[in-house]
Amino acid sequence: MFQPTPVDLRNRAREGLVRWLLLGLTLVIILPVLLILGVLAWKGTPALSLEFLFTEPREAMTAGGILPALVGTVWLVAVALLASVPVGVAAAVYLSEYAPDNALTRIINLAIMNLAGVPSIVHALFGVGAFVYFFRFGTSILAASLTLAVMSLPVIIVSTREALQAVPRAFREACWAMGATRWQTIRHVVLPNSVSGILTGVILEVAHTAGETAPIMFTGAAFFVPFLPEGIHDQTMALSLHLFIISTQVPGVPEPVPFAVALVLISLVMSMNAASIWVRTRLRRRKKW
Amino acid sequence: MVTGPAPPAPVPKVSARGLGVRFHGVPALSGVDLDVAPREILGIIGPAGSGKTSFLRAINRMDEFIPGMEIEGSLSLDGRDVRRFRNLYALRRRVGVVFPLPVGLPLSVYDNVALSPRLSGVRGKDELDGIVEKCLRRAALWDEVRDRLDTLGSLLSGGQQQRLTIARALSQSPDLLLLDEFSIAVDPVTTMRIEDVLRELREEVTIILVTNLVQQARRVADRTAFFLTGEMVEVGPTEALFEGGARDPRTTDYIEGRFG
Repeated sequence: MFQPTPVDLRNRAREGLVRWLLLGLTLVIILPVLLILGVLAWKGTPALSLEFLFTEPREAMTAGGILPALVGTVWLVAVALLASVPVGVAAAVYLSEYAPDNALTRIINLAIMNLAGVPSIVHALFGVGAFVYFFRFGTSILAASLTLAVMSLPVIIVSTREALQAVPRAFREACWAMGATRWQTIRHVVLPNSVSGILTGVILEVAHTAGETAPIMFTGAAFFVPFLPEGIHDQTMALSLHLFIISTQVPGVPEPVPFAVALVLISLVMSMNAASIWVRTRLRRRKKW
Repeated sequence: MVTGPAPPAPVPKVSARGLGVRFHGVPALSGVDLDVAPREILGIIGPAGSGKTSFLRAINRMDEFIPGMEIEGSLSLDGRDVRRFRNLYALRRRVGVVFPLPVGLPLSVYDNVALSPRLSGVRGKDELDGIVEKCLRRAALWDEVRDRLDTLGSLLSGGQQQRLTIARALSQSPDLLLLDEFSIAVDPVTTMRIEDVLRELREEVTIILVTNLVQQARRVADRTAFFLTGEMVEVGPTEALFEGGARDPRTTDYIEGRFG
């Protein structure tokens, strides 16, 4: 009969302890999420209605709905991704598949790290200087989205590069040995097998972009615009800025309204995430090695 | 007695002179002089780290895609220095490579074999179908996968994947086939089947077989080279080498399993 030695017993006790400790700490992560969602749902639901979603604000934003801000946020996020995803993925492909290990590459990597560390208000000032004035885009969706795009580039580049690096090197060598060019290898083997990882970065950035307030404040999002944007050269309202304004700048807003705006913002982000996660799992089914 | 001029020696398929390979300055292989005759199977044996794989990588100029890899000396294919091939990709298409671990690309079985023809511009469905079937047949895999050409190559069993990679290498219609320890992840029965395939292919292509199994070289190779710590110790007819005819005692020791 197997008799546990004292070492066995100690290891077993430690194993149990560590397991519960890790579980406990993991639960700590869930708690704030549940609390935030719970409070928003509880306090915001009374103000939610179809009318709230699909009409414009009235009476100095103390009544009416949030349609312009909702549509504006969708515009901002969509245009920002249209700009940041191609540039970010291209940069990551270059860095992962082509770049030699030299001074230039190291400088580029350093720049990406630093870009990731720039506070969003500094991005805002950069956006004003570069897009609003220098490129003469004015305060517009275009200027605001490009500012958001610059802000999200580092995350997209880094996560895409990680996803590309996760494709085993043997796949590349097998493809090269067949006489494929680097680009053919990337196109047929590397990218198809890293799409799901690339999407993870994009998902993160959807949430990030939709929620940021500072970068769009001076570049394209407006206090109050009583009509929907018709193109990228219009100014627009945005949910994040609208939430900030009705919470701090406008007297007499009914209490549930800011919570309802926050709830809509979070739901918008979560539904975008859900869509990309669905796409990702579908793609991932193909990937097995 | 009248002697005519000696018949011209056939141009070797592969000819290495003073060939060396370095990775980040560290030599992996040096001073290799070796000729491979057309349509022979050359076995290369030797322990890990002896430079066998580096030799294969030098032939299709992998150094150009692998940072830190440098090649010195000369290496020619059909008498032409590989570095003088203006079109690197054309060179690589002539040289099929089978890797140690079966690298079934995460594409369907069909696409694995059709990839190379497609990359070189073959578009016709009938033509691709023909190539895929022919290559899978030659790799002794057709009967097992003919009904599931759409499944992922990476979902086949290890032995099937390895034959898939052979089919894929054949799809380039190479005239030189390099196999790098192909049996490392394959069961003995499949290994034997693949060895049979190699003996058949010998009619058409030159084969360099790097192997970790000394007996495999004995079974398949016409000549065998022994590599040790980055140098080629010797090369000779396989039978002679295995029947005690090795010139260097280290070769005999390795063959008889006294080290390595």
